[in-house]
Amino acid sequence: MGQPIELILVRHLATSLAIPLFLVDPDGTMVFYNEAAELVLGRRFDDAGEMPFAEWTSAFAVRDQAGAPLDIDELPLVRALRERRPAHARFDITGLDGAARTIEVSAFPLEAEGKRQLGAVALFWESDAEAH
Amino acid sequence: MQVRLWGTRGSLASPGPDTVRYGGNTSCVEVRTDGALLVLDAGTGIRELGASLRTFDGRIDLLLTHLHLDHLQGIGFFEPMFRREQEVHVWGPPSTTEDLRQRLGRYLSPPLFPVRLRDLGSQVTLHDVPHQPFEIGDTMIRGDSIIHPGPTLGYRISVGSRSVAYLPDHEPALGAPTFPIDPGWTSGHGLAAGVDVLIHDAQYTPAEYEERVGWGHSSVAHTWALAAQAGVGRLVTFHHDPSHGDGQLDALVAELQARDGPHVIGGTEGLQLTV
Repeated sequence: MGQPIELILVRHLATSLAIPLFLVDPDGTMVFYNEAAELVLGRRFDDAGEMPFAEWTSAFAVRDQAGAPLDIDELPLVRALRERRPAHARFDITGLDGAARTIEVSAFPLEAEGKRQLGAVALFWESDAEAH
Repeated sequence: MQVRLWGTRGSLASPGPDTVRYGGNTSCVEVRTDGALLVLDAGTGIRELGASLRTFDGRIDLLLTHLHLDHLQGIGFFEPMFRREQEVHVWGPPSTTEDLRQRLGRYLSPPLFPVRLRDLGSQVTLHDVPHQPFEIGDTMIRGDSIIHPGPTLGYRISVGSRSVAYLPDHEPALGAPTFPIDPGWTSGHGLAAGVDVLIHDAQYTPAEYEERVGWGHSSVAHTWALAAQAGVGRLVTFHHDPSHGDGQLDALVAELQARDGPHVIGGTEGLQLTV
């Protein structure tokens, strides 16, 4: 069974964007992230492949601005998927390359006609600490 | 299954001396089985199909891929729609906004058309195509969204182990860095995989496609690549560009036929296939 057309279009769009984009299906499985996201996450998507929810939520060490571990339920992408509404947060992440970065994440659910839940998308940016 | 092409032209009806063999009528395909009469799209080709059904009194199911005018223009000229006792079921892609009756009514009402849908006379029932496969008579139908501007479906029709896929307006290469890509991420692959016959958009030459990316159609090269990846038995080229005459279409088809892969058939008006 192939991916629904909406996810295919998001993936194609993502490949053309310089903004990091992370895409999950309705089960929370990470099905794609683009090249810009690879720079932040520290691994090429072709090498990482799809990751089940439990795997990607534990693969990247995330901490709040005070340095405390962030509950996965607070991740914008998880909130967007579960609560079906947009979410935004700023936190620190340690990528698979071992580098720590501060990022801002905006996530939104993907919902098609008939209230079909298709997954969720996270767009993120490396945060400029000086600006905050 | 018996399959007959009543209209093969894309975008605009294009009669004339240069389009005699491939035809000038827009999209319409008849699929006849022991237990169903399916009409795929209501382009101008549907008028002659309707005229051939004057003695047919069974149920007719009209499956619309989308509501662009070249796939809808013939609906008001389909004779069975005017027969009081005729049962017609019209299926179309669901929308996030208006229901199928409202959307069809935009065309089937003044000032674009003199007769309203409710005044056509036959027993018309409208259906949003469900997301799960569904049965009509002895056929199993699967309708999936495919890449084309606006809500657009492709169909896979199966009877037992035999199957036909119909994707008349489709741009699977849109946005793909290369084509083909992973089958699971290729629009239309699931519909076309392993079918006996694939009837598919083949509107542009590769050079024309480069000038019309995003218009919702395929180059013949993309069409062939999709068919080869999907492992189809026979590929029927369809939705020919209005500017392509018979000679040019012969040449495009011949180029595809020279490749190793699916058996390629030029989609000519009146073509009949047994599946």
